[in-house]
Amino acid sequence: MASLLLSVDWALILEKCILIAVIISLSLVVAMYETWAERKVAAVMQDRRGPNRAGIFGILQPLADGLKLFMKEEIIPNLSNKFLFVLGPGLAMLTAMMTSAIIPWSSHLDIKGRIVSLQIADINIGILYVFGVVSMGVYGIMIGGWASNNKFSLLAAIRGASQIISYELAMGLSFIALLMLTGTLSLGTIVTQQQDHLWNIVYQPLGFFIFLICAFAECNRTPFDLSEAENELNFGYHQEYSSMKLGFYLFSEYVNMFISSAVMATLFFGGYDIPFVNDISFGQAHGQNLLALLQGLSLFLKIAVFIFFFMWVRWTIPRFRYDQLMRLGWRILIPLALINMVATGFLVLLKAHNWHF
Amino acid sequence: MSTTQILFWFLSVLAIFSAIMVVASKNPIHSVLWLIAVFFAISGHYILLNAQFLAIVNLIVYAGAIMVLFLFVIMLMNMNADTEPQKNKWLKIAGVIAGGSLLLVFVAALKNADLKNQLAQVNHGDIGLISNLGMELFHNYVVPFEISSVLFLSAMVGAVVIGKKE
Repeated sequence: MASLLLSVDWALILEKCILIAVIISLSLVVAMYETWAERKVAAVMQDRRGPNRAGIFGILQPLADGLKLFMKEEIIPNLSNKFLFVLGPGLAMLTAMMTSAIIPWSSHLDIKGRIVSLQIADINIGILYVFGVVSMGVYGIMIGGWASNNKFSLLAAIRGASQIISYELAMGLSFIALLMLTGTLSLGTIVTQQQDHLWNIVYQPLGFFIFLICAFAECNRTPFDLSEAENELNFGYHQEYSSMKLGFYLFSEYVNMFISSAVMATLFFGGYDIPFVNDISFGQAHGQNLLALLQGLSLFLKIAVFIFFFMWVRWTIPRFRYDQLMRLGWRILIPLALINMVATGFLVLLKAHNWHF
Repeated sequence: MSTTQILFWFLSVLAIFSAIMVVASKNPIHSVLWLIAVFFAISGHYILLNAQFLAIVNLIVYAGAIMVLFLFVIMLMNMNADTEPQKNKWLKIAGVIAGGSLLLVFVAALKNADLKNQLAQVNHGDIGLISNLGMELFHNYVVPFEISSVLFLSAMVGAVVIGKKE
């Protein structure tokens, strides 16, 4: 027992550390370019040009924005709770990043006979971990809004938190129907199952639809961005924030969008599975490393489509009123998800009895 | 010391310190946040026992939902130090006596407990994994499980009825 600390597989730890660093920087870069893409998409939909000054096609615009945010003065309100005021944006960012730990980004690399899995942790509880981290995400908003010591921020924080809690329920119920089919919570296994069979979207279209709506609500995106409703609440829960603390809040929304797109692609659209290609025989013909690269690329394409969808919706659909939001969540989505769950359970049981009653 | 032991002591100290801070901090919001830290430490203990499902459910239900509702209530009540009613001296003495008696009962119970043969399976038990737990709950304990869910349902209906009352 005494030598247990020394017998740790250091190569594994090194491998995981590198993977964590790569994935975190990747999600930050993706989030950076999401801000650029958002403005470009908005511009195209409104028949404008969008950012085009910094670099070709405005490709350096996110760097300029980031520099601007860093240079701004840090203001901490006098009557705020200083520690919690700083903790708020940090928590928002932390919870946004943590979910990426269990997403299988690709199958595995083969480096000189050593198999390097491209998933940071394939844990037994898999998808529940996502759920746990999402439910922690509320604290970033609530603590930030309360610590600002401002009635508008507090109201916005409470709005945001109650919205996230309400939509979490429907999200969980739509998970359950999916898990009945897969029989496992591990995301890695869910993806391998989809490689051999059809994607889960074919079996769970309604579940996916509910999940998609809830993902919009969890990310605080339009049409559910009630906590940032500027015409009702000035600027929402981050009204008192400035400089990079504000940047963290805005940025965490984009990281959330990236990660929830990844979760949706993994659960319902085959994850890193390359469509119309038999991955295993391709790997044998062209080498495992090339396959892993292409699979990662395939996942990123799916994620990009989802991110575009997020933006498309943002510039198309106006914001809900608060009572409409609550009615949609509690009176429509939850009953719908329950019906979906019962129907799925019924069909799964029927299939287990060879389609006889 | 092995890694598991180091983690155990770290989590235990964290849990006890945070629990003391829940009681000791003046600001109720800080109390709630320390309580969340306690839940995290306890979940860490569950993970050490390889009870991953319990750990995550503890976080989702207690830290993620119930504590948020606590925060809601406290944030909206606008508690200040000067508006807080001062407690009666006798109430404090009664509290100390009651707490001390509880401690005495705990110590007595621990003294008689058979600790040698009941060591927790650290790191290699698998009863806490979700499939084993599900099998156990839905095969051996299905009736108590269903009864408790009916209890939850009745509590939910009660909450809706109270909420509907104008």
